[in-house]
Amino acid sequence: MSTVLRIVPETFVVRRPHRMIERHVVAYRRQWMIVFSGFFEPLFYLLSMRAGVGDLVGDVRVGGRSVPYDAFVAPALMASSAMNGAIFDSTGNVLHRLKYARIYDAALATPMGPADVAVGEIGWALIRGQVYAIGFLAVMAGLGLTESWWSLMALPVCALIGLTFASIGFLGTTYMRGWSDMDIVNTAMMPLFLFSATFFPISSYGDWGWVVQLSPLYHGVALVRAANAGVWTGSLVVHALVLVVISVVALVLASRRVDRLLRR
Amino acid sequence: MSSVASPASAAAPSSPEPLIVARGLTKSFDGFEAVKGIDLEVRPGEFFGFLGPNGAGKSSTMRMIACVSPVSSGTLRLFGLDPARDGARIRARIGVVPQLDTLDTELSVQENLWIYGRFFDLPRSECRRRATELLEFAQLSDRADSVVEHLSGGMKRRLSIARSLINDPELLLLDEPTTGLDPQARHVLWERLYRLKQQGVTQVLTTHYMDEAEQLCDRLVVMDQGRIVAEGSPRELIDRYSTREVLELRFAAGTNDQHGALLAGIGDKQEVLPDRVLVYADDGEAALSEAHHRGARPESALVRRSSLEDVFLQLTGRSLVD
Ligand SMILES: Nc1ncnc2c1ncn2[C@@H]1O[C@H](COP(=O)(O)OP(=O)(O)OP(=O)(O)O)[C@@H](O)[C@H]1O
Ligand SMILES: [Mg+2]
Repeated sequence: MSTVLRIVPETFVVRRPHRMIERHVVAYRRQWMIVFSGFFEPLFYLLSMRAGVGDLVGDVRVGGRSVPYDAFVAPALMASSAMNGAIFDSTGNVLHRLKYARIYDAALATPMGPADVAVGEIGWALIRGQVYAIGFLAVMAGLGLTESWWSLMALPVCALIGLTFASIGFLGTTYMRGWSDMDIVNTAMMPLFLFSATFFPISSYGDWGWVVQLSPLYHGVALVRAANAGVWTGSLVVHALVLVVISVVALVLASRRVDRLLRR
Repeated sequence: MSSVASPASAAAPSSPEPLIVARGLTKSFDGFEAVKGIDLEVRPGEFFGFLGPNGAGKSSTMRMIACVSPVSSGTLRLFGLDPARDGARIRARIGVVPQLDTLDTELSVQENLWIYGRFFDLPRSECRRRATELLEFAQLSDRADSVVEHLSGGMKRRLSIARSLINDPELLLLDEPTTGLDPQARHVLWERLYRLKQQGVTQVLTTHYMDEAEQLCDRLVVMDQGRIVAEGSPRELIDRYSTREVLELRFAAGTNDQHGALLAGIGDKQEVLPDRVLVYADDGEAALSEAHHRGARPESALVRRSSLEDVFLQLTGRSLVD
């Protein structure tokens, strides 16, 4: 054990990420409403899709099956909400703790290391994301949009999506100079949300389908759809691998950035 | 207190095994060298001090010792361990009061102590027990549930100090701990630090208060522009760098330079400060009558024993008042 740790540079050793989460649990104890607020936005989207857009559009053909529009969109909204929650937690909140509240400076004077901070923050984003995902799935089930027990697999898939975006968000935040850089985040999220085969199948993008494939959200949406439909194919492994690789790379880089920024 | 320098403590002794060893330690920030190769040894149980003007490199050195700032070159060992490899293990055994508070402003006073204790893997019950005791010491028990943001500057400082003790450190690093404290709180802290010393806790302090350094430190170094310019016990430094007594003269505003010239040659040395003229002499009274004899008519004159402040002035050429 200790010999293994000796080879890994201290920057990347993960031993106490749960302490960061514990800190957040205490800090948010007095403001649980903030934690739950992120749940409602995707829910309103879902309800508006069902009530309005669904009637106009009719069924959608995916993978040789015909699916009602709201059943087609719901998994995509679930994936998007996992992305939104993860980004929200790993950018604005992290920027505040990194640059203004300077929470991490104190942590790094203890046995906590940069990777503990990064992994802890991302873990916290995942926990919040799972709370939203469970709520969202329950509403989907209530509206009759889930197809089988396989739909439960959407939860770990959302955790993976959350992991990917929280890692990217955290890494990006370490490069921010101040609050004005948050605009970049909002600008980048909108096209991801709209063009990740969220509202129409990838086939309708024609020759531009490959651009869609560059979006990490596209891979997340494909996974949630498959989970909800209970249709498992080999290509899903590729989708999952893309997300795992992005997450790991972003996490390693993020730990190094925390080290560079705070241990000067 | 003996006024005779004991050479045994001046040369950094090698036994027992020193707790901090630095050799040719440097710290660079983007090409600027803040610490320019210093050698240090601090023994277990010793109370060690850093003095020096603003920007001398004291905090930069302290941060390297605290394992929160990587060493640029040279070697540093704490408890025989290398911060680059065993940073977390070293940090588990030390307490740090940084120059600027890094309190968690979103947590209450006692939550700050609990969470910090949890970072050290202390059990929750232990965190609570120690927090209660430390709040007592910091005289913050009645503010336990206050949000840190609303504390006064001195209260925040006291909380920082209390927090640094949560893990029962073997080594305590104090970077200007008493800046912003009222005199009563300062004396409470001195008493506590003295008790910790008796319990065998090694302490490293930086301060701009010479009385503090003189009271607390067994041994200290004076840093200037990234280098160590003197080292010894407070008494040794005074004996080595200053005369036995100092004559302080105050003249009408704007006439200090002119009077400095008039006093030339009296005592060992004269120092013209913005607000007064100092004459270093083993016999202060004799120097004063010589000054009168030369026609100097100071508005006030005071003969006192040399202090660490005089050493600081001699070594760094800078007065503490500016
Ligand atoms: N993070 C940093 N980046 C760039 N330069 C730095 C940094 N930290 C310190 N310095 C520079 O290093 C030099 C030494 O600073 P340091 O904080 O160690 O001084 P100090 O002796 O603690 O002074 P003070 O008594 O004012 O606290 C200064 O010139 C300072 O500007
Ligand atoms: Mg300093």
